[in-house]
Order: sequence, then C-alpha cells, then structure tokens
Amino acid sequence: MSMLSFLDRSHTIAKPGFSRWIVPPAALCIHLCIGQAYAFSVFNLPMTKLIGISKSAPGDWSLPELGWIFSIAIFVLGTSAAIFGRWVEEGGPRRAMFTAGLCWALGFFISAFGIYIHNLWVVYLGYGIFGGIGLGLGYISPVSTLIKWFPDRPGMATGMAIMGFGGAAFIASPLSVWLMAKFSTPTHVGVAETFISLGVIYLIFMWVGAAIVRIPAPGWKPEGYTPPVVQQKLITKNDVYVYDAIKTPQFWLIWWVLCLNVTAGIGVLGQASAMSQEMFPGKVSVVAAAGFVGLLSLFNMLGRFFWASTSDYIGRKNTYFCFFVLGTVLYCLVPWTGSIGSVAAFVLCFVIIMSMYGGGFATVPAYLKDMFGTRYVGAIHGWLITAWSAAGVFGPVLVNYIREYQIDHGVPKAQAYNVTMYIMAGLLVVGFLCNMMIKAVHARYHMEADRDAERGQMNVGAAAKPAGA
Amino acid sequence: MANTDQQNGSTTLHLVLAWGFVGIPLAWGVLQTLENALKLFQ
Repeated sequence: MSMLSFLDRSHTIAKPGFSRWIVPPAALCIHLCIGQAYAFSVFNLPMTKLIGISKSAPGDWSLPELGWIFSIAIFVLGTSAAIFGRWVEEGGPRRAMFTAGLCWALGFFISAFGIYIHNLWVVYLGYGIFGGIGLGLGYISPVSTLIKWFPDRPGMATGMAIMGFGGAAFIASPLSVWLMAKFSTPTHVGVAETFISLGVIYLIFMWVGAAIVRIPAPGWKPEGYTPPVVQQKLITKNDVYVYDAIKTPQFWLIWWVLCLNVTAGIGVLGQASAMSQEMFPGKVSVVAAAGFVGLLSLFNMLGRFFWASTSDYIGRKNTYFCFFVLGTVLYCLVPWTGSIGSVAAFVLCFVIIMSMYGGGFATVPAYLKDMFGTRYVGAIHGWLITAWSAAGVFGPVLVNYIREYQIDHGVPKAQAYNVTMYIMAGLLVVGFLCNMMIKAVHARYHMEADRDAERGQMNVGAAAKPAGA
Repeated sequence: MANTDQQNGSTTLHLVLAWGFVGIPLAWGVLQTLENALKLFQ
C-alpha cells in the first residue's frame, strides 16, 4: 500500500526549494529508454538466425514477419496513448512513469521468453503489446508536467524530453550490438539474454525517473515570471476537456499537420541508406550510407530541441510554417542535388529536413497547450499520437511503392526517388494549408470553471467540469 | 509563491547527478554516432 501511495499525485508535489531543472532529466530517463524502439532494427538480422546461427535455417523467422514487431508496437503506442491519456493526466506523472517502466521492461522479458521457446506470437505480445503500452504511457507521461514547470518556455521543456526519444537509438544501438556480442556463442545468437539485460537496465532507469519527478505546488510560478497580461490570439488561458478537444476542428487540423510532417520524414528515414547509395552510385559506400543514417538521426534529435525552443520565441504556428515552406523547397531541391552529383548538397537538404521532422514531434505538445490549455494537454497529446501511427504506415508505403513503381516502369535507380520527393513536397503544401486554417478554439469548448473566471495556472485536482458536464 | 532554486529542496549535487545520469549515456551515444558519420566524408 505504501508503495502504491508513493506513486500518488499528492506525493509528487514539490517542496519549496525544489529546482525545476531536475524535471527534464526525469523526463529524459523515460524517453531515453522508450526511444530504443528506433533502434529495434539491430535485432532483425540476428533474429532471422536464431536456429541457423550463421545463416537462416528452415523454421527461422523471416524479416517481414519480424517487421510486424515494430509495427505492432508503434500502433499500440498510438492507441494506448489515446486510451490511457486521461488516466496519465489525472493519476500524475510518477504513477504513469512507473507503469510505463514496468510495461516496457515486461515487454523485453516476455519477448526474451518468446525467443527462448521460439514463438513469434509471444514476441508480438511482449514487445508489440506490452512494450507498445510502455511506449504510449512513457511518451506522454512527462509532457504536461514539464509544461507546468516551464510556463515561460514550454517548447524548450518538452523539446528536451522528446529530444531524448530521438537520441535513445544512439545509446540502444551500440549497447544492443555490444550485449549480443557478449552473449553470443558458436551455438547461440544471444538475443534473449540481450533482451533481459535491456529490460533490467530500462526498468531501473525509468524507475529512477519516476522517483525524481515532481509536480509544482498549487500556485507555483518561476521566479520573476509574470504571465503575459495581453492575451495572444493563439495562446489560450482556458482549459479544454480532453474529449471536448478531440471534437474541435483545431485538434484535427493539428492532427493532419503532425501526420503530414511526420509522413514526409519517416519514409525518408527508413530508406535513407538505400536512397543515398542509389542516387549516388559509386560515390556513397555502404559504410558511408550508415554514417549518413547516423547523421540524420543526430539532426532528428537536435532539431527536437532547436525547433521546439525556437517556437517559444516565434510561436508554434510560425514554426510549422517554417517546416512546411522550408521542407517543400528542400524536397524539390533533392532531385537537383542528384542531377549535379553533389553528395554534400544532398546531405545538407536531408539533415535540415530531419531536424524539422524531429522538430514537428517536439513542438506539438506546446502547440496543444497553446490551443487547449495545460490541464489535459498530456491526454490530448495522447490522442494526437495516433497521427504518428498513421504516418508510420503512410510514409514508408509511399516511398517504397513509388520507388518500385518507377523502377518497374524503366526509370533508372538514381532517379527513382524524384517523384517521391515531389509528392513529399506536395504533402507539405497540404500541411501548410492545414496549419494556416488553425484558429483559436471557440469559447464553448472551454471548461466551465474557466468560463467564470480566467485562471493563472490551474491544478489538475481543481473542480472544473468539462463543458456540458 | 515564487520558487527560488536550490534553497532546501535541490542542491547543485542533485542537479549534477540527475543530468549526469542521463547526459553521460547520451553523450557516449552521440560520440559513437559522430564517429560513424565521419565516414561519410572520408
């Protein structure tokens, strides 16, 4: 019981003197772990050789079968973030982080058992379902807490946490390879032991985050901070209940803004290695292509912090305008870089595109906070994450199928991506239009207590009711 | 109720430990990635 009460929201209220700068590392503890999902592909090849060891044998799992593990996890991420978003918001960050850690680690343990008995369905259940729930809960758990601690710079605060998600693969990838090398023997691949080790490491890491996280005391505000007196049109002081928020056109416009921005980036990220080699035959080796992928991941991570922090100064809407305008121009330039054979120009285009891909993820929580208030921002963010799940399907399908279609119709490999680039640019134009249509949320969606009196910073435990409740 | 950092709740040591706990693994990972990325320009 005492353990469970330790997780309560009431036990996470910060005492006077608590530094808010402890909260970003707490959030990073979560995001640096769950972001391992981006590095899951390092297990794909070893898992096709669990029986054959040196090469795939009859009965070994195929790559398409293994591809479903990641797809299920990303799908469950979106759905669990949507379903449990309100629970995360009302139960407090510690309970959510603790549960996320438990689910994430269980995902690895169950998957290790699935590998041990060589049953892929158990791996789907482990990493896909349990891991996916851990991903969903973990992804949204620190968001509203950070926004409440940093009302002066909400973009920077959430950008720091979500940067961790983008950077996690840098740790997970070499760590997984090192662990597999340690556990492998001439008769054993060592994936199951690696999964157990990662599960233990991630459980400890995430529970440390849960232990150190705090929420601000009622009425707290940063020293010297005074909320702006003149209200900006697109920054509300009111809160919108989560299930009212998803009825607003603003929510769905932001959903499409995120979905289109992610679709444009995710397809490229998955095909970056092959694309760089095929567009520059003889100039980009396999090793160099791997370096290119690493560089993209690095800018994906840095863009999360840079763009989200920038959005605190230029506004969220303008930040997304930057993504869509600059992104459209850069995608249109990519075929030109191929035609002049400039690897440097090609790399420059894509590192900027990737920074904006990451920036889109990191800026959106603050965009939601501006539109719907602080109170249910985590839960609303949970619903918005379904845009990511959808983009995870659209992006790779678009890039892969258009490339195949082009090659089947006699287009040289070096030019097979050109049409894809123009389609991606077109998607960003649609995103620009969606972003342009976003206006302030109508007052009828504001929570009842907010209608009576404007509030400064509201606590979750307060008695405001959903509109119409 | 303005907050003044580091009165009796959080010390500099707490901050260093917390940021080190997440920063050191991240910095290690970034360095590994940069080493690989340099091969693109060799």
